[in-house]
Amino acid sequence: MGAKILIRAEGLYRHYGHYLAVEDISFELAQGEVLGFLGPNGAGKSTTMQILTGNLAPSAGRVWIDGIDLLDRPRRAKACMGYLPEQPPVYRDLTVDEYLSYCARLHRVGRSQRGPAIRRAKARCGLDSVGRRLIGNLSKGYQQRVGIAQAILHNPAVVILDEPTVGLDPNQIRDIRSLIRELGESHGIILSTHILPEVQATCSHVQIIHQGRLVFSESMAELERRLGSRALLLETRQPPDPALLQEVAGVDSVEMLGETRARLHFDGDNPAEAVAAAVAAHGWGLVELALDRQTLEQVFVELTCGDTDQEREQEAA
Amino acid sequence: MVLAIAMRELRALFLSPLAWTILATLQLILAYLFLTQLDTFMLLQPRLAGIEGAPGVTDIVVAPLLQTVGFLLLLISPAITMRVFSDEKRNRTLTLLLSAPVSITEIVLGKFLGMVLFFLLLLALLALMPLSLYAGTTLDGGKLLSGLLGLSLLLSAFAAVGVYMSSLTEQPVVAAISTLGALILLWIVDWSGSKREQVNGVLQYLSLQGHLESFLKGLFSTADLAYYLLLIATFLILTIRHLDQQRLTG
Repeated sequence: MGAKILIRAEGLYRHYGHYLAVEDISFELAQGEVLGFLGPNGAGKSTTMQILTGNLAPSAGRVWIDGIDLLDRPRRAKACMGYLPEQPPVYRDLTVDEYLSYCARLHRVGRSQRGPAIRRAKARCGLDSVGRRLIGNLSKGYQQRVGIAQAILHNPAVVILDEPTVGLDPNQIRDIRSLIRELGESHGIILSTHILPEVQATCSHVQIIHQGRLVFSESMAELERRLGSRALLLETRQPPDPALLQEVAGVDSVEMLGETRARLHFDGDNPAEAVAAAVAAHGWGLVELALDRQTLEQVFVELTCGDTDQEREQEAA
Repeated sequence: MVLAIAMRELRALFLSPLAWTILATLQLILAYLFLTQLDTFMLLQPRLAGIEGAPGVTDIVVAPLLQTVGFLLLLISPAITMRVFSDEKRNRTLTLLLSAPVSITEIVLGKFLGMVLFFLLLLALLALMPLSLYAGTTLDGGKLLSGLLGLSLLLSAFAAVGVYMSSLTEQPVVAAISTLGALILLWIVDWSGSKREQVNGVLQYLSLQGHLESFLKGLFSTADLAYYLLLIATFLILTIRHLDQQRLTG
């Protein structure tokens, strides 16, 4: 795949005084990818995004946007980028139309293209009916959508959205997610969120940031494969015999979780049918037989809580 | 790009009642002052007529009027410039400008120009009063122009100081008070009578007021022009440096 690399970050560090907010973050984002940034509060997601958009200078490291060095030629690099910060940067004393037209001028959208660009952005974000209302009088959800409209107005190659669905109602969240997926086909998108299903619904790649470090970085397909279950959970009425279970075709190993519960690991085809038959044949009484699915949530909790537990143990020791 | 930001600043001023209130109040005060000044001139006129090279209507009516405008705006301009950056910082809208393909220099120049345009508008309104005298007499056009030029330079300097102070804080009121402090200090800096000639010279050069006076007398000297331009450049560069620094230190 010769997809264009839209963002390349190399060894980003960021200090706030003695506090290290971002430590050695490197990654790439290609055209047609939607990258989800996950992480607990204060993990460094927003700081990383601010660095990528040139709002903060990194203490060390470099960023290339569409092949243009952000630190050397910030104006050209910023031209191919749209950014929605955590708090939508809207002027409350302007109407939606006035605001978007000002944003279009700031992003050097030509006079003749301004009208169509604003109309397109408004249509995409569902703002058609509020064009002439003051932003200050709009609800939080609408303000958020104005913020998104501002980020995609000039049709940038890279769109960076910091928690885009905060404050939206469930219908709007669905609209925005489908908008993100649609944009993701032709652009490169980074979005940060706390909402894990959102990542699973919209992203093609996932990165988990914890304490300023990148602790997990996989494509969604890779993640699905990793999460894709390689184990069955079995619960029976009578305690089963592990040795007999082991003999069932396709089962690699048996791990007893209790008197009547077992985890059966397998490699290859799902042996559920054979297991059920064996349970019936031995008269153990089948209560439950299910795939042991690890969710993104478990990965997230493992990666972001595990460390602090270890640290606590270290501190205690 | 600079112009787009400047026009946005100017519009923002007129979207709040602040700009309208300031224009109306100033116009009222100065109209009253103008009329009293005119009365004085009418009273003096018969006696002045006999004197060779006596001060004309421009010296007696227009010059004091412009001088008062300068002083009044020293007090009022901080209220106009205070929110130029601090509001954007507080509402987190500065991000919009910083992530747009616009350099910090362009942002600062745009904001400064927006303020200057407002002050020029204000001056244009005020200039109508002396100009109305043309209906009954003739003015010393050169003196009037030089006075207006001096005043616009002075107001631009106020704007530059105000823009800088506003970039330092998120609180508009803090910005206003620091601007007021800085401007008053620059206004009265030559009041101290030092015994040493050199110190006196330096302090006199630093004074905002002294340079305005020669403009009001119709004296256009490059030294005065340079003083205002230097002052403006200094504060604008300080603003640019400060905003750039904030990107580094957060």
